[in-house]
Amino acid sequence: MKSVFVYCEVENQKVAEISQELLSAGKRLAQKLSCPLDAMIFGKDLKGIEDQISPYGVDKLFISDDKRLEPYTTLPHAALVYKVLKEQDPQIVLFGATSVGRDLAPRIASKLNCGLTADTTILDIGDHFVKKEKKEYTDLLYAIRPAFGGSIMANIINWDMHPQMATVREGVMKKEIFDKNYKTEVVSINANEVVKGEDFVVEIIERHIEESDVNLKDSPIIVAGGYGVGSKENFDLLKNLANILGGEVGGSRAAVDAGFIEHNRQIGQTGTTVRPKLYIAAGISGAIQHTAGMQDASMIISINNDPDAPINDIADYVITGDLGVVLPKMIKYYKENAK
Amino acid sequence: MRPLKIIVLAKQVPDTRNVGPDAMKPDGTVNRGKLATVFNPDDLHALELALNIKDRIPETKVTILTMGPQKAADIIREGYYRGVDNGIMISDRRFGGADTLATSYTIVQAIKKIADYDLIVGGRQAIDGDTAQVGPQCADKLDIPQVTYVEEILDIKKDKIVARRRLEKGVETVSAPFPCLMTVHGSSPECRSRHAKNVMKYKYARTKTEMRKGDPVLEELHKKRPYLVIPEWSVEDIDANVEKIGLAGSPTKVKSVSSIVLTANESKVLTDSDSDIEGMIKELIKHHTIG
Repeated sequence: MKSVFVYCEVENQKVAEISQELLSAGKRLAQKLSCPLDAMIFGKDLKGIEDQISPYGVDKLFISDDKRLEPYTTLPHAALVYKVLKEQDPQIVLFGATSVGRDLAPRIASKLNCGLTADTTILDIGDHFVKKEKKEYTDLLYAIRPAFGGSIMANIINWDMHPQMATVREGVMKKEIFDKNYKTEVVSINANEVVKGEDFVVEIIERHIEESDVNLKDSPIIVAGGYGVGSKENFDLLKNLANILGGEVGGSRAAVDAGFIEHNRQIGQTGTTVRPKLYIAAGISGAIQHTAGMQDASMIISINNDPDAPINDIADYVITGDLGVVLPKMIKYYKENAK
Repeated sequence: MRPLKIIVLAKQVPDTRNVGPDAMKPDGTVNRGKLATVFNPDDLHALELALNIKDRIPETKVTILTMGPQKAADIIREGYYRGVDNGIMISDRRFGGADTLATSYTIVQAIKKIADYDLIVGGRQAIDGDTAQVGPQCADKLDIPQVTYVEEILDIKKDKIVARRRLEKGVETVSAPFPCLMTVHGSSPECRSRHAKNVMKYKYARTKTEMRKGDPVLEELHKKRPYLVIPEWSVEDIDANVEKIGLAGSPTKVKSVSSIVLTANESKVLTDSDSDIEGMIKELIKHHTIG
């Protein structure tokens, strides 16, 4: 049937942020196609979980509630997703570009022998004329994503091997409630009837998930450092400034790779996408991989020894100088001038 | 612990981390010729993970498998220099233009020809596409479990392997039975460097196609030392269905590409002087950006 499907991630009875974003994006696509939006969610203790999902305008929700389904492991979830998609035969399926979605979606695409576009940042509906077949395909998914290290945007389509699947990057789709009283039909799936015993061969022995205190996405001020910061110790200067301004510290991929700062603070194409009110870039040259994840900041200050650093082109303030000198001065004058 | 048979999946990629201004053609498409090629960084981590197991269990055999144009034989040589036992190259014009679905089909056909393996490892993702899809797709086609984002092998038992995975917000320790497929995260140890002895031994390793240029000295050497011949598998060698490979086997197609245009701003250029910085801070406070 013609429909848009969203795979929802859940942990501890809470539907993941990315899944809520996907439901919103999925609803927008479904409206353009005038078709239903359906979703699936597999986990444990899911009683009442539909209340978190219905408001996004979901028509049908497939739930499998079994304690063995949480935390996520690949094979049991793959078996359930495969069963639902095989039966429902939607035209579009969305997954989060998370450690779960990027583990699961390719496995499903292989099973269904269909196309999958990774890490999309823009979704749209459009047509395509296939010259070889002299045929116009209408209402296709445009899965648009950065490619080649972020230097180009590519519009990826799939006109003949459906469903059209995509993983979608976290934080790029706007979350919006469609109708808080929306009526959703709930379909329960008995995991025992779908998942085989041998699907549980990969066992989770131990798990440490930090309910991260890092919230780059929602922070109005971000002080980010690049490879040019030079050391882990020098990052303390950035932390001091961030603390005083009430912001968060972030880093470029180069700074993370060099071990100056934790992985969960990475900003850019392979990290978090942010849109703060103020973005202070210290010792960041501005490779496109990085700027793709922060260029929508309302105001950008670049601090760099190199007056020609590419990031200066998008900065509102360009300070040419040593961050060891500049950052302490910023702290000093902020303290003196802030009320 | 018993010796393992490990297959390392590795790819030669354009170095997208260093995209210069001439890497783009005026029409906004990528000028592949202007980009240097490198051993995909995550795949080097996978290679290290395999070689590390070989260090622990010396009888372990590591085979490196790559797919690409002739130039990709560099990947096999690089593998030899760092310590693999065997290298196999999948190369045929007809494999060109493959997306991840067609690529995984092709690789799996080659793995089925190798047949005997306990563990398959590859990098989490390749920097030319950042999809992270080929690993899980291969695991599905081989009908074996997958463990993605592996950071460290913690234990190897007779029939299973224990690994730590790196997730967005933490880590997870899992055990998986053999045979299985792992994708390796960039936070795992860096690959060891080339070993001078191996470089000496393998620097003349070539595929048959590379030998076609006709070099009598090399030909003589290859006769004497058959291990220098890098096996090269074509569509027929791996019994691949031509409908499922290359462009024909790829559901995803690029409709269009566009360059990312950074919006040029009117920047205020300041020095690190006290007056410049104090002035800026005052403006920010005045406009309620901070404070």
